[in-house]
Amino acid sequence: MVTPDDDPDGSGLRRFEELLASESRVEPTDWMPAAYRKTLIRQISQHAHSEIIGMQPEGNWITRAPSLKRKAILMAKVQDEAGHGLYLYSAAQTLGIDREEMFDQLITGRAKYSSIFNYTTPTWADMGSIGWLVDGAAICNQVPLCRASYGPYGRAMVRICKEESFHQRQGFEILLALMNGTEEQRAMAQESVNRWYAPALMMFGPPDEDSPNSKQSMAWNIKRFSNDELRQRFVDMLVPQAEILGITLPDPAIRWNDERGHYDFGELDWNEFYEVLAGRGPANTVRVSRRRTAHENGAWVREAARAYADKQAGASGASGASGGAIADAAVATATPAGAATGAAAERIAS
Amino acid sequence: MIPKSSRAVSTALTPEAIAASIASAETAASEPVARYALGLGDDALVLAHRLGEWIANAPELEEDVALGNIGLDLLGHARSFLTYAGSAWGRSEDDLAYFRGESDYRNRQLFEQPSGDFAHTIARQLFASAYFDALYRALQRSTDPTLAAIAAKATKEVDYHLDHSVQWLLRLGLGTAESHRRMQRGVDAMWPFVGELFSPEPEADAGGALEGVAVDPESLRAAFDELVPRLITDAGLAVPTIPFAWGGGREGRHTEALGPMLAEMQVLARAHPGVTW
Repeated sequence: MVTPDDDPDGSGLRRFEELLASESRVEPTDWMPAAYRKTLIRQISQHAHSEIIGMQPEGNWITRAPSLKRKAILMAKVQDEAGHGLYLYSAAQTLGIDREEMFDQLITGRAKYSSIFNYTTPTWADMGSIGWLVDGAAICNQVPLCRASYGPYGRAMVRICKEESFHQRQGFEILLALMNGTEEQRAMAQESVNRWYAPALMMFGPPDEDSPNSKQSMAWNIKRFSNDELRQRFVDMLVPQAEILGITLPDPAIRWNDERGHYDFGELDWNEFYEVLAGRGPANTVRVSRRRTAHENGAWVREAARAYADKQAGASGASGASGGAIADAAVATATPAGAATGAAAERIAS
Repeated sequence: MIPKSSRAVSTALTPEAIAASIASAETAASEPVARYALGLGDDALVLAHRLGEWIANAPELEEDVALGNIGLDLLGHARSFLTYAGSAWGRSEDDLAYFRGESDYRNRQLFEQPSGDFAHTIARQLFASAYFDALYRALQRSTDPTLAAIAAKATKEVDYHLDHSVQWLLRLGLGTAESHRRMQRGVDAMWPFVGELFSPEPEADAGGALEGVAVDPESLRAAFDELVPRLITDAGLAVPTIPFAWGGGREGRHTEALGPMLAEMQVLARAHPGVTW
């Protein structure tokens, strides 16, 4: 890997700027500005953490899913999320940070993840709302990232977006089934959408005038559209879908604006957003401590895998296998599953 | 000439497709076949549920994926068996999964055992996979085409499950002193429930109705006994000498673990009976 400052004649920077100007991709071995590398590490690792923490609110319903088909779909979906986390950690690792370090940042609360996962899932309908609204917002955010200037990130996003679209459709179907059901089921769906709508809109980040990092990210072709542009695109997509569902979006200000060719919508409560971001959301502490507990409870398993790999390497006369032993041992085990993970959810429901 | 139902079933691998093929061929399972399929379906369902409890709690992300994947495969087997069983009684997979109480569940007791730590889970999965592997290989030769088709699909998946368990048995057994100790405990905790796997299917006792259809559990014991004690020994562990428990899962007698598990599994479905999700 080329170190950030190792560009005495400026040829690295010229090449980097050429790549950006020609919409080409920066690859791990290319020279890149230290700030570009740092921004990508932050963004990709936060994205990976979001996938991993995002397993919890849905994992909450796996054991109580109300039909076997829904249970299978949910298990497959959460499994896909673990897979997305793995792709993204791999992409981040190409920038020179290792997974243990990223994991440590997550479980010590130094790294952020999407604030949406600090909300709780008290009802089954939340499985529908998360798919429809949260995954829907994620797709609006992520589809442009398929063209992100950093190659490993862009390529990970292509695969992830395909699966996320599928998840969004499944969420919509859950809500549709509820809306076609009994009075109680319809009420359950509406109450859940009422809770998730505004937090989902906040997933695009603060309004453009309060988003200082966006400009640089757009100049680097990491971010392609502003927060507000993406939020608008999302609302324009949601309104007709809500009509099909027969569900009300909890914003009386939503109406079609002929002049703009978009839906107008009301102001969001940014106080709430910053409260959750500051760690005072409904489940911030629970999410991180659950991840930490899983990690700590699993330490002896990872140590065993490492010790076993070392012994095997010693026994066969191979050398120096200990570094990646845990990951190697675990990956070797998970490969057949990993291969099936290419849209595990799709495999189930199709 | 291959009968229509068998041709349809052999390519139809999802539970929905199996249900459709049963409906289109208008061949419901007979009462004894349905009872047999119900037992097999409950085994897979209960174990799938236990594995689902691990998702987002595993020692490593790769294991969240792997345990989830194994659970999903088992849930698929369960849905197929339950759909077929239900065809005898006009009941769906969900009727059977969500609206039967503890004493109507027919799973063997091994599958309902709590997951414990990772070593307990691996021990349970090792015994389960070795048993399923032998069972489904034999069941592919069933004269019942639906059972044979379900088994043919399941065999390929269980082959991978067994490999996963064996690799972890070795890593934990031969890893550190701590993992060795825990793996031995896991094997010892699950061992009492191994004996029941080979006890007779109650239906097979009833006048030979399942001759050629069902697999005699006793016939699976040799393959299990050849494989599993050797694997335990290879992992540097002691083959337990603990006596087997009475069993009785196939008659609806369960350990204390099943009731709370079903309470959780069924809570939402029971609060809204008769609805579509």
